Amino acid sequence: MELDPDDVFRDDDEESDNEFYQEHEATKEYVVYLVDASPKMFSTTCPAEDQTDETHFHIAVSCIAQSLKTQIINRLYDEVAICFFNTRKKKNLQDLNGVFVFNVAEREQLDRPTARFIKEFDHIEESFEKEIGSQYGIVSGSRENSLYNALWVAQGLLRKGSSKTADKRILLFTNEDDPFGSIKGAAKNDMTRTTMQRAKDAQDLGISIELLPLSPPDEEFKVSHFYADMIGLEGDDLALFMPSAGQKLEDMKDQLRKRMFSKRIVKRISFIIANGLSIELNTYALIRPTVPGAITWLDSVTNHPLKTERSFICADTGALMQEPAKRFQPYKGENIKFSVQELSEIKRVSTGHLRLHGFKPLSYLKDYHNLRPSTFVFPSDKEVVGSTCIFIALHRSMLRLNRFAVAFYGNPSNPRLVALVAQDEIVRAGGQVEPPGMHMIYLPYSDDIRPLHSDTDAVPRASDDEVKKAAALMKRIDLKDFSVCQFANPSLQRHYAVLQALALEEDDMPEIKDETVPDEEGMARPGVVKAVEEFKLSVYGDNYDEEGDVKVSEASRKRKAATENAAKECANYDWADLADKGKLKEMTVQELKLYLMAHNLSTTGRKETLISRILTHMGK
Amino acid sequence: MARTREALLLLLDVSPSMHSVLPDVEKLCSRLIQKKLIYGKNHEVGVILFGTEETENELTKEVGGYEHVKVLQDIKVVDGHLVQSLKHLPQGTCAGDYMLIKKYGETYKGKKHLCLITDALCPLKDPDVGTKEDQVSTIARQMVAFGLRMKNIVVRASLSGEPHMRVIIENDNLLNIFSKKSSAKTLFVDSTTSLRGARKTRDISPVTIFRGDLELSEKMKIKVWVYKKTGEEKFPTLKKYSDKAPSTDKFATHEVKVDYEYKSVEDPSKVVPPEQRIKGYRYGPQVVPISSAEWEAVKFKPEKSVKLLGFTDASNILRHYYMKDVNLFIAEPGNSRATVAVSALARAMKEMNKVAIVRCVWRQGQQSVVVGVLTPNVSEKINIPDSFYFNVLPFAEDVREFQFPSFSKFPVSWQPNEQQQEAADNLVKMLDLAPSGKGEILQPELTPNPALERFYHHLELKSEHQDAAPPPLDDSLKKITEPDPTLLAESQSAIDAFCGQFVIKENPKLKKSTRRFLREKPSGSDEPNGDGSVSDAQAVNSMESKPVVTVDKIGDLTPIQDFEAMMSRRDCPDWVDKAIEDMKNKIFGLLENSNEGINYPKAVELLVALRKGCILEQEPKQFNDVLEKVCKICRKRNFSTFFDFLMSKKLSLISKSEAVDSDITDDEAGSFIVKSQPKHED
Repeated sequence: MELDPDDVFRDDDEESDNEFYQEHEATKEYVVYLVDASPKMFSTTCPAEDQTDETHFHIAVSCIAQSLKTQIINRLYDEVAICFFNTRKKKNLQDLNGVFVFNVAEREQLDRPTARFIKEFDHIEESFEKEIGSQYGIVSGSRENSLYNALWVAQGLLRKGSSKTADKRILLFTNEDDPFGSIKGAAKNDMTRTTMQRAKDAQDLGISIELLPLSPPDEEFKVSHFYADMIGLEGDDLALFMPSAGQKLEDMKDQLRKRMFSKRIVKRISFIIANGLSIELNTYALIRPTVPGAITWLDSVTNHPLKTERSFICADTGALMQEPAKRFQPYKGENIKFSVQELSEIKRVSTGHLRLHGFKPLSYLKDYHNLRPSTFVFPSDKEVVGSTCIFIALHRSMLRLNRFAVAFYGNPSNPRLVALVAQDEIVRAGGQVEPPGMHMIYLPYSDDIRPLHSDTDAVPRASDDEVKKAAALMKRIDLKDFSVCQFANPSLQRHYAVLQALALEEDDMPEIKDETVPDEEGMARPGVVKAVEEFKLSVYGDNYDEEGDVKVSEASRKRKAATENAAKECANYDWADLADKGKLKEMTVQELKLYLMAHNLSTTGRKETLISRILTHMGK
Repeated sequence: MARTREALLLLLDVSPSMHSVLPDVEKLCSRLIQKKLIYGKNHEVGVILFGTEETENELTKEVGGYEHVKVLQDIKVVDGHLVQSLKHLPQGTCAGDYMLIKKYGETYKGKKHLCLITDALCPLKDPDVGTKEDQVSTIARQMVAFGLRMKNIVVRASLSGEPHMRVIIENDNLLNIFSKKSSAKTLFVDSTTSLRGARKTRDISPVTIFRGDLELSEKMKIKVWVYKKTGEEKFPTLKKYSDKAPSTDKFATHEVKVDYEYKSVEDPSKVVPPEQRIKGYRYGPQVVPISSAEWEAVKFKPEKSVKLLGFTDASNILRHYYMKDVNLFIAEPGNSRATVAVSALARAMKEMNKVAIVRCVWRQGQQSVVVGVLTPNVSEKINIPDSFYFNVLPFAEDVREFQFPSFSKFPVSWQPNEQQQEAADNLVKMLDLAPSGKGEILQPELTPNPALERFYHHLELKSEHQDAAPPPLDDSLKKITEPDPTLLAESQSAIDAFCGQFVIKENPKLKKSTRRFLREKPSGSDEPNGDGSVSDAQAVNSMESKPVVTVDKIGDLTPIQDFEAMMSRRDCPDWVDKAIEDMKNKIFGLLENSNEGINYPKAVELLVALRKGCILEQEPKQFNDVLEKVCKICRKRNFSTFFDFLMSKKLSLISKSEAVDSDITDDEAGSFIVKSQPKHED
């Protein structure tokens, strides 16, 4: 069953996953993609990876399509609109010229992306000329200003929702660095001024405008002509803008499909240090296994969603009953009953606080002292002023003295001893790689650690020379900049890819690269091969037969002997004849098993099962 | 099956020097037996006491000697009586020595364990022939011959008196002979808490999760077995209890069957059979149905294998990235070359401070891969092979990149000054759980799970009295949930200095209702917040859960909650009347003492609560009387703003439609306030 009816022992982690949805909506993103559709976007090209040339329009559109496909998985509740400007036809609420808002049925203009939206947008280029058409919107002699119109429409689309709960953005794709270049004199100044004003108005409403410039290889997109002012670039930023914009475009295409989680406090706990001194901590889940999204059961006939109803039936009387409030455990020949309250009372061995026991050197935290993902804790002064100061002081001391704290976390669902390991902030290339704070590592109890039985005989050890060879090998196969999260989960990525292919009714299944397979090429380098060979020679010797060196266990020897014996015995019967005459039923189970064993079939089950298995095997 | 059977012989020292720890020995042993009653009903247990006053064993009858050794129970299948008899171990009066008695039937198949608990403080009697060492060696040899595993737990809680040292050393030496000559393990524990965790109370036979090659490259493979090293011991899964069967039915199972039905959301009358269901996954706002056959065709199907991806510096893998319980990689037992290969790698890794990154698919048909890290576990004992610990690492999708402010960016007032930092350093140094020269405190290997301990204790109590309340934690267990008072006392100066350096206070800007920290409720969620002072005291000393605190009067801090709590008390009908009476007094009190209407909002709030409570309890008269009286007072004193408040809350008499007992009609209720308002013209 997919349901866990027994929620008495449920982890609090599971609950937090559900809460996530409710909170997520508060921090969503509204994006309007504003794409220049002027003839220049179609006429200028860039060389693509596969040596053919791509138009700028194609680059912009495919980039958005990619981005949408990622977004629908990563940030389910974000809303988007796609809007072209410099178009022949117009379609927008304000009925402004040269602006076309792309949309599909059953969807508002600014809304969550749907499969149909993505699918039709994938084919936009085929129908673009016919349906929308490209045309310069700003020409001398006319008062039309398509860029102004486009910003106005975009702003109108983003009117929905408060800027407090949603992050509103306009992403502008264009290859024209001087939109009013064709106009001269006062008209140009006037148009520039009104467009700037329009942009500023939007920005005042909390909408950020981002520019994604496209430029042919031999020409540079000069931000300073016009856009620098609009997006507020000055000084050094100006010089840095173009390279970073190129990177941004790449990033949009190459995003990992990864469900995003908004930063959320899992729990607020107080950390009792001593003498009644306690500080306030927030806990966060920084590392949790991501699973493919929740399953909704559907009726396979109608594809309508189903709901599951649980009913409790008394096994003795068959009567329908309410969810029972009691559980029982057979013990000493009796059924010992516990009420749900009693069970949670038993687990409540301490209050839900974190109580400090003391400190230990880091070497006492063994690699096997682990059970589940760690939880991050960060101080907060929200309710108890002074918490952060105490936390920082302890954090520093622990780092300096190489110690971790041992504390008891009286979480009502699973009270545990925990290790608090201080982590210093790590910043790399301007980004925070590791936040400063402490990681709470859940320690096992004595019964959670499995003992291993040792042999009485001495076991062989590697000699110094063998260790040296192993060290040489290690130097060869060294992953220099390994970072824990450099691999995407191949199984999850496949899941998303399949889901997308089925939702968009794509014909071929996309191939997902499994990043976790060993680097064959690197392993085949002569230096590596040599190091492996040398290590192998030193530990295995010349004539190592990988299979032969093993002492066959008694059980498997017996099993083998039994199979051989069965084969012999089995030959004494004419099975086909017995089967035809229906005499299998008269045979003993032992005899039947001879046949099954001799043919390497399973010997489990009732007699009828065995017979039917034999018949299936004989093809009858 | 033989491998699931087990025989355990408990050899318990009950001589006077052990008396102080006997209660914990009793508990440890009863827990052992209890778990066997639940998880291993066929296991056999025998108990032998030594250091007892009387002597009662076969050997003394047969060959003489072996005095002060009493067989409490011969080896037999576990039963409930054993738990009983273990509860009160007789306190021995004589100094005893430990001698092993052959108790196992020689034909017994299955695992044989022997568990010796002693403090090894008493001198051993010299044997008639040979030396003590010889004798112990002989016993050790015999144990090997019988395939007996021995575990010695030596309690060294308090070393009193130096003269014992010679004896202790001698006894320790003898115990070491066991460790060397047979597969015995000796464990020294120095606190009762550790004693309770010293013997695994449940033996889980190790099962490999993988047997096969660790592939360094295509050409170089090492045969390994992978075991679980840690696994969370959960509460036993309790069954749901049905009380429907008549009490006379002796054969009733009392079990509850849970049935699932799938109904269309749109048309709840339509039931869909389970096989007609299809899984749907969300894609944006839509749900995409995908049949299992479709999945089968396209899903990720990696081959079973364990492959090396490479080595990296240990510092690249931070400890908090470990995701799950831990596995152990050992070379295939009996395969000496594989053992050497693993040993060479482990030692080289340790020397160079490297770890290995591996990609694992444990079983054929598994639908996912795990990437994890192998860390070396270099063994110091000659009879334990070198091995690796394996920890699962997160994938890119599993890491959430939340940003947190740098500590250096915080305002200066949040940064500790030099003295504060020094005090913190000092605290971290002094509050030492692993003092040099002494044992580690709260070592995970020796720390029992207090919640589970409590459960089994409660189970045992309930088997005697069905209504037994959950027992409090005993002192040994309390040392797990709370800091050890002796340790605190030792480092009192550092703690005082630390607390003296820092000041904490409640944030004054927060609203009262959202505060939780400094005046925290006791652990219970169902506990109503009592009178201010009561709950404060509770928060301080209710570390183990006491019976629920009940409210018996309405306090000043949270009158409404108190009122509701009292109204819902079911232990005596008088509570409702008392609650209403108390509430009345509170309201009148507020009005009396209201200076310029400061208390009006509060009073109205209370009135609203009272009204709600009275409707709930169908006591309209009580409320209506109060309201009328309140209005009378107000009219007399001309508290006109109070009426505005009443109006704004639409507070009126309880009418007939709300409570049948009321003699007020809806109209009367509606016009009540207006009528009772003092005329301004007056």
